[in-house]
Amino acid sequence: MATLTTEMAAAPREAQSARFAALRRREQWRYLFLLAPALVFLTAFYGYPVASMLMRAFYDPSWGGQNFAPLVEASSTVEVLGLSLPMNVYLRVFWITLQIALVTTVCTLLLGYPVAYALSSISPGRANLLMMLVLIPFWTSILVRSYAWMVLLGQEGIINEALTAAGAIENPIRLLNTRFAVYLGMVHILLPFMILPLYAVMRGIDRNLMRAAGNLGAPPAAVFRRIFLPLSLPGIAAGCLLVFILSLGFYITPQLLGGQRDVMVSMLIQQQVDLLKWGFGSALALVLLVLALVIYLVFTRLLGVERVFGSARA
Amino acid sequence: MTATAPSARLPRADASAVPRPRQRARSSFSLGRALLWVVVGLVLLFLVFPVFVVVPVSFSSAKYLQFPPPGWSLQWYENYFIRPGWVDATFLSIRVALVTTVLATILGTAASLALVRGRFPGRNAINSFMVSPLVVPTIIVAIGVYFFYARVRLVGHPLGLSLAHTALALPFVITNVSATLHGFDERLEYAAMNLGANRWQTFRRVTLPIIRPGVFAGALFAFITSFDELIVALFVSGSGAVTLPRKMWDGLRQEIDPTIAAVSTVLIAFSIVILLSAELLRQRSERTRTATWAAEEEEGLGARE
Amino acid sequence: MTATANREMRGDPDGLGALGARVVFDRIEKRYGAVVAVNDVSLDIAPGEFVTLLGPSGSGKTTTLMMLAGFEIPTAGEIYVDDDPIAAVPPYRRNIGMVFQNYALFPHMTVGENIAFPLQMRRMSRAEIASKTGEVLELVGLPGYEGRYPRQLSGGQQQRVAVARALVFNPRVLLMDEPLGALDKQLRERLQLEIKALHEQLGVTIIYVTHDQEEALIMSDRIAVMNEGLIEQFGQPTDLYDEPATRFVADFIGESNFIDGTLTQHDGATACVDVSGLGELHAPARPGYAAGTVVALTVRPEKIVAAENGSAPGMNAVAGVVEDVVFVGEMRRYVVRMPGGQRLVLKAQNRIGVQNFERGDPIRVCWNVADGRIV
Ligand SMILES: Nc1ncnc2c1ncn2[C@@H]1O[C@H](COP(=O)(O)OP(=O)(O)O)[C@@H](O)[C@H]1O
Ligand SMILES: [Mg+2]
Repeated sequence: MATLTTEMAAAPREAQSARFAALRRREQWRYLFLLAPALVFLTAFYGYPVASMLMRAFYDPSWGGQNFAPLVEASSTVEVLGLSLPMNVYLRVFWITLQIALVTTVCTLLLGYPVAYALSSISPGRANLLMMLVLIPFWTSILVRSYAWMVLLGQEGIINEALTAAGAIENPIRLLNTRFAVYLGMVHILLPFMILPLYAVMRGIDRNLMRAAGNLGAPPAAVFRRIFLPLSLPGIAAGCLLVFILSLGFYITPQLLGGQRDVMVSMLIQQQVDLLKWGFGSALALVLLVLALVIYLVFTRLLGVERVFGSARA
Repeated sequence: MTATAPSARLPRADASAVPRPRQRARSSFSLGRALLWVVVGLVLLFLVFPVFVVVPVSFSSAKYLQFPPPGWSLQWYENYFIRPGWVDATFLSIRVALVTTVLATILGTAASLALVRGRFPGRNAINSFMVSPLVVPTIIVAIGVYFFYARVRLVGHPLGLSLAHTALALPFVITNVSATLHGFDERLEYAAMNLGANRWQTFRRVTLPIIRPGVFAGALFAFITSFDELIVALFVSGSGAVTLPRKMWDGLRQEIDPTIAAVSTVLIAFSIVILLSAELLRQRSERTRTATWAAEEEEGLGARE
Repeated sequence: MTATANREMRGDPDGLGALGARVVFDRIEKRYGAVVAVNDVSLDIAPGEFVTLLGPSGSGKTTTLMMLAGFEIPTAGEIYVDDDPIAAVPPYRRNIGMVFQNYALFPHMTVGENIAFPLQMRRMSRAEIASKTGEVLELVGLPGYEGRYPRQLSGGQQQRVAVARALVFNPRVLLMDEPLGALDKQLRERLQLEIKALHEQLGVTIIYVTHDQEEALIMSDRIAVMNEGLIEQFGQPTDLYDEPATRFVADFIGESNFIDGTLTQHDGATACVDVSGLGELHAPARPGYAAGTVVALTVRPEKIVAAENGSAPGMNAVAGVVEDVVFVGEMRRYVVRMPGGQRLVLKAQNRIGVQNFERGDPIRVCWNVADGRIV
């Protein structure tokens, strides 16, 4: 190294390191420059409006917690698992919302799992073709699909007409504006959100594992229960979390298909804002958001679901 | 005892120690498969049937909702073109959706590059914030934006709608582009720079062509998100920016007018066209991928998470 | 060094020939957080030399190349190409060719477009690009392949395209990161010779990375053996093989026996190593090792022979028991257990007159003191 240039001798090692550190920092600044527009935009048109609306819960019409009071004032009690809990009209709406979300999640899982399983067991080409049947409703507007259910379930709707024509019933039965209609509509809308993550996970399962299990003497049912089902758990967790959280915020479908009593939290919030009870509406929104967040965190922490909502790779 | 005797007996001795797995009849196995496919068929029918049920209704000659239609006519399509508001609402929705698509795609692609490639503090938190509009109930966003727009006078303005829709659409662009970026071999960018391409040239000539399917899928999601969006529109479209979903909603709330069936049929045809072109594009991009990545890269469309 | 000489004899090369540049790493260090990927690496590589970075996976070879190519910035130190410091120059202005692990051919471009890419970045005319592309494809033995896509080529052909793309803009330094790692043995051996020939023809400085010691020995003018970010030894293949500087080098390159002991006496020419249960063995002295240090005496298996009798002067002789015999075709490989419990491997040619031993046989082995080495 004795023959090296003078420059080298001139540049002390510390100064050099500092220069390189600055270069590396500049590299990271480049990324921030790419990120900034989206971040500023989202803060202005989403973060700030939502945050300031939620803040309203604490100061509209005056400072304090009075907006949360109606939620904890009990007008009656309800028995849950032997416990008697306070209940009022607002809590009932939260209760109904959770119930609808839970039933929807279970139904989509029960219907979606066999579909994802079957599609993941055939060649990708054919599976893509059948997947079209999942994607067509997925890409169709929620409004159109809710409308379709109205056409099907109405008093003079297709189902009633068919049943009457077949002589099964004499007078049209009430199908529209029932809880059942809400379930049908929501399961229909959310089923693709269950099938897609399930399918993605199941496609990634190495089929040789199942052949190996068979080779080790496991009959098909055991292969499924001991090998495939546990390996598909991440898909189940991701699908259920997605469907459940999306269900909590549903508005259009219950509004169009549900009855008088099938009020979900989103509808209640909208009502309160219409009544100019902005503070209380914001309080309800805050509670709903916290509920969703808690469920999300519990799910992700307990079940170790990662990248459900496409987080960046660590 | 001869030398061969033990080895000849050995397998049998083993077999008695470990019972042989019971041989299932092959027919019961395929019966299970048949049953599975019957269930799958029924579920797929459940998914698709309601979507197509509105098609015959839209061609009905009856004056109100009636099934089966007593006769066929194009009166509802005529309605759509003649009655005031429908065509305007359609064009407005397309305009709003196009602006949203351009904004969300540019902002989202740039952000994805930073979020996937960058190593700066707070990256995960920022990422969570940027995809959170997916899970925050839309009604909350809608009301928040409504209060905000009331102050800055954007209620009833198409631009206001585009801006709010861009916020809702950004997560779709980010998840789709990030997914393709994760499957992207960074060495290709290194190679480009090594061959003399600066950062912009590297992006234009190498990165973008390869992540194009993800960008395209994100753009598609952005367009559909805006085009179908109702809840934000209910609050901020006022009377000056009535979108197609808003117009349909008003129609549905008043009476079940089969004009909506005609509009719905058009929208369904539109989604199918989009879906097919996306599929074609995916197949074409598949042909330009090397075999080694095919396994790594995620499904072209990805989940509409 | 021979390449440099060749080139000078040919005079100034025309067309694709580029003169190699001198490359100097001066006390380069690269940390990732607490991990020191490259630790105080200094190398002086002569113009036109073929130098290989050899080391196990994770030893810092790729990181070293990446810093030279400009994709990583060192945490300390400087890199010079022909006396110009370049550690802070962006990668696209370095003019250093690189063949990537798995080639990194652009999948959406044809072979022709891939090779034209660096020329377009340098704003050459279409005609020039076309002629250069044709020329370089000729050079790597793939004339007429311009229109194919990378995925339509075999692994070996892709490798050649990658070489062509890295050479087409006449870089003075060519980096190759495990360029043959993905290929089967036969093809790898053929391409080794082709790359070597290309190097002789062009005179470009090549820095080559591999974890395959045989490949390194065959191809290189000099080899830098890396381990955990450090350069263990930098020298010609024969030096590395015959005079390994460290136990790691002796172990990594070829096969070696290590007999653990204590240095007892260390005079001018010969060192004595006391091996417990065995007595004293001799090896050439090594400066820098004081008496009393714990060392290993290393000797290659092919240098050890089974000898019937006596210890000649200048030989180490040990009596032991054959513990294992493996028949390897042209030779037998014996594992001998020596008094004191340590084992020795030796290889005996299957030749007329060479006695065969069986497991359990007593055996006497000896080797030249000069063939041993203290590490
Ligand atoms: N980007 C990085 N972040 C953290 N550690 C790294 C990174 N790149 C390399 N390393 C670490 O540096 C060491 C050397 O890696 P590398 O140069 O790739 O080795 P080689 O090419 O010899 O296999 C390894 O221990 C590796 O884990
Ligand atoms: Mg490497």
